[in-house]
Amino acid sequence: MELISRKERGAVVVLVKGRLDAGSSPELEKEIEKLIAGDEKHLILDMAELNYISSAGLRVILAGTKKLKSKGGSLSVTSLGSVVKEVFEVSGFNSIIPVFASADEALNKIG
Amino acid sequence: MKTIRLPAREDNLDRFTGFVSDFLAEEGFPETRIQEIVLAAEEALVNIIHYAFPALPSGEVEITCRQEGEGRSTIEFRDSGIAFDPLSLPPPDLNSPLSERKVGGLGVFLIRKMINEVRYRRDGDQNILTFLVREKRGE
Repeated sequence: MELISRKERGAVVVLVKGRLDAGSSPELEKEIEKLIAGDEKHLILDMAELNYISSAGLRVILAGTKKLKSKGGSLSVTSLGSVVKEVFEVSGFNSIIPVFASADEALNKIG
Repeated sequence: MKTIRLPAREDNLDRFTGFVSDFLAEEGFPETRIQEIVLAAEEALVNIIHYAFPALPSGEVEITCRQEGEGRSTIEFRDSGIAFDPLSLPPPDLNSPLSERKVGGLGVFLIRKMINEVRYRRDGDQNILTFLVREKRGE
């Protein structure tokens, strides 16, 4: 997995590439912790180049969403590919985590 | 029939899931279906690796893949860890709001969703979890 973060219009967009599984999820967890510690409020996970997610990845996203929300911020995900989208749907995550078609759409919602 | 046996460690996850993925590809399963089954296999393996061997050193996991007929295969996970039936876990409440949503319990739920039929049995000192898989989810 590879993480590429950029700041844009008051939010941090993290491009999550590759596989978000039991082995790589702690890395994303650390990145989210770091951003929260740096007082970032709005986080967008761009999944356009993510081709696999397991429950370990879902757990990190759920925990991050709860933390950001408790600080008045938000976490959203964008650009879900087919299998990742399916996992979001069957786990019911698409009803508790805001899902957008693109990072731009998510940024418009925050702004 | 194909079998792999390795220590129950997280650094072996890729070898285990790669083994399952290669078997299903040889059996002609479509790529998206392989990804769903590999996801379920990862969830089962992570549970075994994290919970089956609370005392060090940890034991091994053996995976056996078998063709059972046209478009049907079984994937069997065996470990000699503490008895644990993942199917005994209650399903997570998918309709609960974010604040009440539990962070755990999702792995077994995903297994149930992705695998056509899941069976567990305890045989002597072994846990045996069997996935019966078809080329389509929910058939």
